[in-house]
Amino acid sequence: MSAPLTYLHRCCQRSVLLVVARRQWSTNSASPPPLHRRLLLFLTQRFYDVEMLLGWRYQAQRSQLQKKNVYYSYTQRFYGPDIASAYYILSLKGGFRYVGQSEWFRTNQRGKFSWDFLNHKNTPIEEADMSYTIINYTGLENLERQRSLRTLKLKGCPEVDDWFLARLHLFQDSLEELDISHCPRITTGGLAALRNLKGLKHLNVSSLPGISNPGLVIILLEEMLPQCQITANGYDHNLRKVEEEEEEQMQRQR
Amino acid sequence: MSAMWRRLQVKVGPARGLLTSTQVTRRSTWLNGHLSLCQSFSTGTSLRNDFFKDLETHMEAMRKKAMDALPGSSWTPLEINPNLPPERADIVIVGGGVMGWSIAYWLKQKEMVRGGVRVLVVEKDPTYSQASTVLSAGGIRQQFSLPENIHLSLASADFMRNINEHLGVLNEDPIDLQFNHSGYLFLASEAVAHIMEENYSTQRYAGAKVFLLSPTQLKEKFPWVNTEGVVLASYGLENEGWFDPWTLLNAFKRKAISMGAIQCCGEVTEFKYTTSVITTTDGEKLDLRRIKSVKVQMPNSLEYQPVECAIVVNAAGAFSGKLTEMLGIGFGPKQSIAAIPLPVEPRKRYVYVVRCPDGPGLDTPFLIDYSGVYVRREGLGGNYITGASPEEAAEPDASDLEVDHSFFQENVWPHLAFRVPAFEKLKVTSAWAGFYDYNTFDQNAIIGTHPLINNMYFATGFSGHGLQHSPAVGRAVAELILDGNYKTLDLSSFSFNRILTQEPKLERNIV
Repeated sequence: MSAPLTYLHRCCQRSVLLVVARRQWSTNSASPPPLHRRLLLFLTQRFYDVEMLLGWRYQAQRSQLQKKNVYYSYTQRFYGPDIASAYYILSLKGGFRYVGQSEWFRTNQRGKFSWDFLNHKNTPIEEADMSYTIINYTGLENLERQRSLRTLKLKGCPEVDDWFLARLHLFQDSLEELDISHCPRITTGGLAALRNLKGLKHLNVSSLPGISNPGLVIILLEEMLPQCQITANGYDHNLRKVEEEEEEQMQRQR
Repeated sequence: MSAMWRRLQVKVGPARGLLTSTQVTRRSTWLNGHLSLCQSFSTGTSLRNDFFKDLETHMEAMRKKAMDALPGSSWTPLEINPNLPPERADIVIVGGGVMGWSIAYWLKQKEMVRGGVRVLVVEKDPTYSQASTVLSAGGIRQQFSLPENIHLSLASADFMRNINEHLGVLNEDPIDLQFNHSGYLFLASEAVAHIMEENYSTQRYAGAKVFLLSPTQLKEKFPWVNTEGVVLASYGLENEGWFDPWTLLNAFKRKAISMGAIQCCGEVTEFKYTTSVITTTDGEKLDLRRIKSVKVQMPNSLEYQPVECAIVVNAAGAFSGKLTEMLGIGFGPKQSIAAIPLPVEPRKRYVYVVRCPDGPGLDTPFLIDYSGVYVRREGLGGNYITGASPEEAAEPDASDLEVDHSFFQENVWPHLAFRVPAFEKLKVTSAWAGFYDYNTFDQNAIIGTHPLINNMYFATGFSGHGLQHSPAVGRAVAELILDGNYKTLDLSSFSFNRILTQEPKLERNIV
């Protein structure tokens, strides 16, 4: 009885002042956070208990994420690497298509999927659609053995960051299409790592909020990957007038 | 009681505000010229305004006095300098660079109870004008020849990947290290190609994602490189690149302080230690020293505070040698252990910022040539950072941080222009110099205790790769102090004993 308690106690001691929903509370938004969040922040700064509870909640969210992205070694041992990768993609609510097949295996809204994909043994995966899933750097290990992966769609994935992009060098020979639009954690440093994907033909980097000078970065990307067609929508490339900018600054100061 | 005083102040505030606002409106309706004449001839403001202003200050002073008199306030009649460090601390870390704060963070992270260890970090220069951390080029690589160094780099890269989980603080922005994952590219000539191949196998065995390239493959991947004289190249694909050292330092500092580490701005000038004499089996007498307290001198002042401590960590970087001399190490009788000083001294290295609009683009790796010249991209505007390690004989004078531009003209630019022809047309926009905490013995870290000083731990001598190893070394030193032994990475080969037995552990890939 005391062992789990001491473990919990130690977890809390270690995670004093953890980040809690920091992305919503970070200061890049112009408006102040809503009332319930400000109340929660006020309570956290006053009471250790509230801080600890929020720390537990954050820890629970992170451990849930890690559990989903764990390495499926058991599945791999019994069913082979291809089925294991397929199962991983489906359990994260993504979709994929095998080499030589034309049908896509997907999960429905409730997370249910059919087990027909087990019928195709030892067929590598050709296209994977992981848009809006919680795939991250450790989860990519499950797809490591798919060396004939041609298309990878990662639109709107909240956990895809620069380190994930650097790890994509695993697919450098086969990857032809990559879609990383709307991923909030990608910055320019990660885009530099895409140079290893020498076979890339289509790249979609639309609406990345993390890159600071989108116009310049897109041009440099095009220079870096000459044979690749880059799609970059959703950026405001207009030159704003100086008076408008001054007005905006005045409004912000007020 | 205090709430009443506060409400009183609040009442005075708006009253004064109302008064001044009405005055302003009345004044603004007058003609501007008349107004300015009035303003220049009057010698003071009206009496009524003075009364209210004085009332405000009197009320404020009375309120402060009442608050101080109440129990719970920290007022004392003796004026104490609030910047002094505490009188007692468990662990004093001398040096507030990235290594010192990393150790402080890990010590607070590993303590079992809240407030278990009192950690004090003493930094003599809060502007960090001479600190190696902030003047570094900020690269991290796994391409070393010693497996321990490779493991340290891998562990540090793991830490930086999950930096928000480790160092994230409530309601602050997520930490953005600005990590560029462009990798390191080492070029080898005929003479050193075999060393590169051996290192490659060590690196692959340790788990680094490194690939060897032949000259043709190199030309294909990086067409702007002149492959003349290059026999082999080694390119890191993952966990290699460069980042912002100031962000990392501040992240460690902020998190450590939020967990209770104490920061002090001052210089350690003296140690008070007790000596016990023991006789070895050979009949030799050894002085074992135990540090009892550290004298911390306040900046620009004669004031000092002796801090009693149990353990001192020497993370002073380039100035660690000077610190150890205060304990008498290096001044003992000849042929004794006490005569061997800490072989760490500051060495000056120059970094030049050059601008070349036609240079290689976004995919420029951290290129290191076999002649010792390095170059990396900085930002997106065609700026690059470059430099070189001078020869042993031609080391620049390390007494100040003045930049020698002729060094660039003679030693850096010719090799750079030869290796990357686009850099023949460039312009030096800026330059700075920084110190390496150079280990003159074997250019590798010194981590652990000294045989003659019971309670001083070293974490110094990194010779240019301290920043990239700082998270992992911090954890190792915290394990050494709190657990007594290394738990995750075994760095016992970096102990001081190798200097006593004169067995150098050479790192062959020093830039």
